Amino acid sequence: MNAPSATGVQGFLARFEGLRARLPGAPVARLAAAETLRSVGFPGRRDEAWHYTNIRPIAEAEFHEPLTPLVDCAAMLARVPSVGTRLVFVDGRFREDLSDTAAGVTFEPFARRGAFGTLARPDRDPLTALNTMLAEDGAVITVPANTDGGTIELVSVATDAPGRATAFHPRHRISLSRNARLTLVEIALGKGTYLHNPVSEIEVADGAVLTHVRLQDESLSAYHLATLYTSIAAGGTYDSFTLVLGGRLARVEMHTELTGPGAIAHLNAAQLLTGVQHADITSVVRHAAPHGTSRQTVKNVLDGRSRGVFQGRIEVARHAQKTDGYQMNQALLLSPDAEINSKPELEIFADDVKCSHGATVGELDAEQLFYLRSRGIPDKEARAILVRAFLTEAIDTVTNEAARGMLERAVGGWWERQAA
Amino acid sequence: MLEIRGLAASINDKPILHGIDLTVPQGEVHAVMGPNGSGKSTLAYVLAGRAEYEVTAGGATFDGQDLLAMEPEARAAVGVFLAFQYPVELPGVGNANFLRTALNAQRRSRGEAELDAIQFLKLARGELRRLAMADDMLKRNVNVGFSGGEKKRNEILQMAILRPRMAILDETDSGLDIDALKVVAEGVNALRGPDFSALVITHYQRLLDHIVPDRVHVLAGGRILRSGGPELAHELEARGYAGLVAEAA
Repeated sequence: MNAPSATGVQGFLARFEGLRARLPGAPVARLAAAETLRSVGFPGRRDEAWHYTNIRPIAEAEFHEPLTPLVDCAAMLARVPSVGTRLVFVDGRFREDLSDTAAGVTFEPFARRGAFGTLARPDRDPLTALNTMLAEDGAVITVPANTDGGTIELVSVATDAPGRATAFHPRHRISLSRNARLTLVEIALGKGTYLHNPVSEIEVADGAVLTHVRLQDESLSAYHLATLYTSIAAGGTYDSFTLVLGGRLARVEMHTELTGPGAIAHLNAAQLLTGVQHADITSVVRHAAPHGTSRQTVKNVLDGRSRGVFQGRIEVARHAQKTDGYQMNQALLLSPDAEINSKPELEIFADDVKCSHGATVGELDAEQLFYLRSRGIPDKEARAILVRAFLTEAIDTVTNEAARGMLERAVGGWWERQAA
Repeated sequence: MLEIRGLAASINDKPILHGIDLTVPQGEVHAVMGPNGSGKSTLAYVLAGRAEYEVTAGGATFDGQDLLAMEPEARAAVGVFLAFQYPVELPGVGNANFLRTALNAQRRSRGEAELDAIQFLKLARGELRRLAMADDMLKRNVNVGFSGGEKKRNEILQMAILRPRMAILDETDSGLDIDALKVVAEGVNALRGPDFSALVITHYQRLLDHIVPDRVHVLAGGRILRSGGPELAHELEARGYAGLVAEAA
């Protein structure tokens, strides 16, 4: 094996040269992405979209090809509650032996054909370029018209390669045809140091409903940089919730476009960070058609020296009249060293819209804390109750009961780890 | 027995209580009446342990223990309960869970066995029935979306389940209609006995028609102006606070 020795973009470009012949699909898109990456490099703090999140640790690290030993996947998978038809990817590669057979939807691994979608923007977004250049595998899921695809659980497991940071760049494509329904539960976890850089292209056709629940529970030394491109057609609904618990440095970037009249987007999220974790939720909601609704509540619970970032932009095109957009970012700082950076933006070109946004930062409410303690609940337990209540309010927006239960247990587990 | 001696307290450096002396013997129910701004709520909060209030002189003991040296949760565990004038909303916290957590925390600190979910529900449903409250009270988030009356009833439900030895009711009657007032009174009266005491803080005499106190104390300007039997409440109702305050001055 010819391991690249260069770091950053040079390292990834060298890896691309070595892998090229083995990567699936036509090379045109990959070559263009490589060219983009070669010319613009990784984003730095001078790039406005990356002002608060510095990916220098990634740019300076040396990443290797995952070798995926056939060990301890079972132990890690045992931690994951099964909430639907399970599709397992280990170090970014589909593992049929660990997966269920999908029914009601068509599924194939990206590796089979390597066909890219049209929503992603490798020309504009360098990490998407990186993904496009190196994507080996991923989930390609299509739900036929007027079909309920049930619940699919997409699990990403990263195995530990001590002393050897690995990187993988899965490419997922989720397409719901007219009036189709699907609940997609995505779970990412792992051990050790690695870069998980998934790109998802999500199409919700007329009247279709996609419920997308994401649990990012990566290793605390991992890098997780996810980019999602979503397009919602007339009367379609994209109802998503992201829970961020893991990663040393994490970012989820959501580009959501409401392309047809009456489309609905919910982009709710919660981040629970501690230690030296840094996690970023960046989203751009583009209302490109009238009568669209977008809702986004992002809650942050920040302890230790952690740092949370929220950048949210709502764009309303000139003809997107009667748009109803709402965005809220709330942060609870549990330590004097924790920090939140919040940057909400509205860019409205239509004149008949209802758009609002807000942000709150605070500590626990002294009155609530006293109320609990006056009933005999010790201070530490009372604080835990209030933090969990703050999160419960967010998680309660997840209507799928099994997925909500999974998120509640994940939060419970996080809390137990803090108490231990 | 609750004994308050020379208690002075301030908030944000503003003195509110100027030396309160008050004793509530075990098994007795005492009323504290007074005009707005007399320091009634401050007294309740200081006894329950709210950190914003600073005790500048004097003290208070409960069964001989220095109450003011204890954390709020420890005061609850020895049996002191404050029914809030403005019960606090806890979005995202279910009432049943809240009550069970509180009860078990108190039991734990007293070395008693904790109740499991089934034992707790049985207890809670029994109290709900006795107080003629709907079962869904337990399923809702604590005080969220409750009407003023429901919030006060919820305080009484908590009191009934936690079974304190010393209940302090801070204007629990304010803003209540007669039905809710009766619920509050029944809640207190049901607990009355040799091992239960209460300090009923109120602005009006009408609650005291339903909870007949052993003693009545009049608080004004941060001091106890007068103490007497239940008839003092009627005298106040007839004469108003102004007359009494003027007389004491």
